[in-house]
Amino acid sequence: MSRIDEKLKSLKAGKRKALVIFLTAGDPGLSASYDLTLCAFDAGADIVELGAPFSDPLADGPVIQKSFLRSIARGANLTKTLILAEKIRKTNENPLVIMLASTLVINHGTGRFMRDCASSGIDGLIIPDAPLEEAGEFTGKAKKAGLDMIMLAAPTSTPSRLRRICSMSRGFVYYINVSGVTGGASADRKEGVKPIARLKKLTSLPVLAGFGVKTPAQARALCKTADGVIIGSKAIEIIHSAKSKTVAVKALARFVRSVRREMDRK
Amino acid sequence: MNLPDSSGHFGQFGGQYVIETLMPALKKLDKEFDKAMRDQKFHKLLERYNSTYIGRPTPLYFAERLTAHCGGARIYLKREDLNHTGAHKINNTIGQALIALRMKKKRVIAETGAGQHGVATATASALMNLECAVYMGEKDMERQRLNVFRMRLLGARVVPVSTGTKTLKDATSEAIRDWIGSSADTHYIIGSVVGPHPFPKIVREFQSVIGHETKFQVMVKEGRLPDVLVACVGGGSNAIGLFHPFHHDEEVAMVGVEAGGLGLATGKHGAPLARGKIGTLHGSKSYQMLDPDGQVMDTHSISAGLDYPGVGPEHSYYKKTGRAKYVSITDKKALDAFKKLTQLEGIIPAFESAHAIAYALTQAPKMKKSEMMVICLSGRGDKDVVVAQSELG
Repeated sequence: MSRIDEKLKSLKAGKRKALVIFLTAGDPGLSASYDLTLCAFDAGADIVELGAPFSDPLADGPVIQKSFLRSIARGANLTKTLILAEKIRKTNENPLVIMLASTLVINHGTGRFMRDCASSGIDGLIIPDAPLEEAGEFTGKAKKAGLDMIMLAAPTSTPSRLRRICSMSRGFVYYINVSGVTGGASADRKEGVKPIARLKKLTSLPVLAGFGVKTPAQARALCKTADGVIIGSKAIEIIHSAKSKTVAVKALARFVRSVRREMDRK
Repeated sequence: MNLPDSSGHFGQFGGQYVIETLMPALKKLDKEFDKAMRDQKFHKLLERYNSTYIGRPTPLYFAERLTAHCGGARIYLKREDLNHTGAHKINNTIGQALIALRMKKKRVIAETGAGQHGVATATASALMNLECAVYMGEKDMERQRLNVFRMRLLGARVVPVSTGTKTLKDATSEAIRDWIGSSADTHYIIGSVVGPHPFPKIVREFQSVIGHETKFQVMVKEGRLPDVLVACVGGGSNAIGLFHPFHHDEEVAMVGVEAGGLGLATGKHGAPLARGKIGTLHGSKSYQMLDPDGQVMDTHSISAGLDYPGVGPEHSYYKKTGRAKYVSITDKKALDAFKKLTQLEGIIPAFESAHAIAYALTQAPKMKKSEMMVICLSGRGDKDVVVAQSELG
């Protein structure tokens, strides 16, 4: 059983929901990312998703795009993201997931990438631009390295695709809450509730909802059916608007705690 | 075997590297497109627009003075510059607008660099009463103000893109991002043989009219197939349009000409086939200009249409298998060729097409007089005269 499986299983046993926080590796700097990750865990995040910066992320809105570009400008890259993960792993036992564009995996060498992830203490990976049709290029090597490859399901996915996504995914199924890019406006905070209920019937894996999740209330509403939520753009926004690293760490902790509280409220 | 295969691959290239949200729309588009290709009525309709609106067939013109100047192979120009709106781009936009109508989509989006594809999409949209939004980098909007005005005049909304390099690459990313949220009522008219499957196939099919006509015309004029085909390659749509109908004719050599920019050694160019690595960008796997970290590099070319860090998967496949050869031509040589063709033939070529002409100027003299070269003159140079004026004085 992977670290992700264990974490989600123990949450379920305690009737709690999972909170995943997405952070860009290297924005506003690699040492800041280290502090922010530990702070997110301390404040109640169950899993941290580290985004390896890419110049042209297609499924991301302006907040993450700009965050990636800042990170690249400061010299971050995939190799440094892996080193960051290794450093975090030395002091923390919570699950770490890496999120990155397929081209970065290919550029690193797919097999080598999976092995490097595993030796850095990374537990799972999300390649948002590797749908069912292309995932085969990565799943075998991920499995061999003992990594959970988390697949995405969308509001537009047909029932037969959802079934295949569920059977291919490991760790959890990532439900894309809105048809659009990350950080976009979510018209209705309950938008994902029904589709997630349908999705859950297809799989025994936990289903976590991401994209457009910004407020504690929204997280709580989604958790009516979802097993947890993934928050990215909002966290990046909070970090970026802080005047210093110390302020950013405090602000992120405050935000994560507020979401955690709302999700845990009976 | 006919490529792409059913999953959209040309060997290891192509595919569908996009977020799940888009996959159902791509599947539906693929199905609808294949259906249209089997529908005689669709072909008749397309043929009617080709002949009465675009102005096809375009002439295959024997460039007598250019041939004499080179003193080698007989040079023919496939005159895509004579199409309505001045370039080959309209072949694709009319076809795709008809597909949008078949799919009952009321809105289309497009990306544009210099504005040629944007104008061609806005034109097709005006003609077919479709709502149209064109994504264009802020830097390109500044450089190509006249085309921005043209698109607006045609009723399109031009959406400035201020992210990244503010050019074609980012405009393409923004158009895809729009489509991730809008595919239910919107069709994306991509401008080149790039993007996720089925786009490289769709654009190739609509651009193949170039090669099919050429084949017929050259047989009538010369009674045999040409020895070599030459076309410029940015994303590669005019080149695939010319090459594809000949790809089984092994005696026909194919040469794609990339943007050499300031020279390959300077790193300031647009030649992913010459200097690129394999990666995924804008939904498909192909050769790209990537830095050691795998980030997409900035490109440079005097020609906005070739100023793109990726290239179509079919070209990547042709390169890998050796079916086509790819070379590059610098800005300077392209400018010289721009001037030369204008003076020898009275034809002002687009900067993009001037790259193909420049290659001919170096290669045709080395060929025998009995040999024959066909160059795709993909567009006219009206859009480039302002830059040419400042460069040539």
